[in-house]
Amino acid sequence: MADQGKGAVKGPVAASIETKLTDALAPIALNVIDESHHHAGHHHGGDKRHGNESHFRVEVVSAAFEGKSRVERHRMVNALLAQELKEGLHALAVTAKAPGEPI
Amino acid sequence: MSDANSRIKSEIESSDVVLFMKGTPQAPQCGFSMQVVQILNHIGVPYKAINVLADGEIREGIKAYSNWPTIPQLYIKNEFIGGCDITREMFQSGELVALFDKEGVPHAQAGKA
Repeated sequence: MADQGKGAVKGPVAASIETKLTDALAPIALNVIDESHHHAGHHHGGDKRHGNESHFRVEVVSAAFEGKSRVERHRMVNALLAQELKEGLHALAVTAKAPGEPI
Repeated sequence: MSDANSRIKSEIESSDVVLFMKGTPQAPQCGFSMQVVQILNHIGVPYKAINVLADGEIREGIKAYSNWPTIPQLYIKNEFIGGCDITREMFQSGELVALFDKEGVPHAQAGKA
């Protein structure tokens, strides 16, 4: 994304998502993208414990997804990030591929 | 079964296609819900939309019901399909229209394949 990485400091939620997915899925590719700024001023009434880190896109390629349906793959990611989802992360876009599948 | 659960169950069973969303199809309150509305409208399939923002019990209940933490949520013939990403991926690959065909859900794209 063109507007990523321009001096953006990775927030604690992004770092925690990255760590959890890396540990559990051993991904061959992983992108954790904070899209919260696209949603500034967009109120969900969630709590603010995580400041402005509320909307994420996760792109992950892992052999753990082989033979799994889309829903199963998303559920695996959701389960790994259950804590974050409980604490104020309210939008999690997931692209989950097995190695060799077209993105 | 809790009251919310039985209400959700009866909503899901009452229509072939049920979308739990933020806002209404005319005025979606969230971009993710809007994307699913646009896909369903594009396919031209009738659906029942339930505004979770107008009903706190359903808003919390649906997440537990489906074991899915976010809104929107799409159900076809009592079956949980997924959220915005899965719906979009299935639409783009043609699987969503194929699923409507397989389940016998009438829609405007029928026969156009």
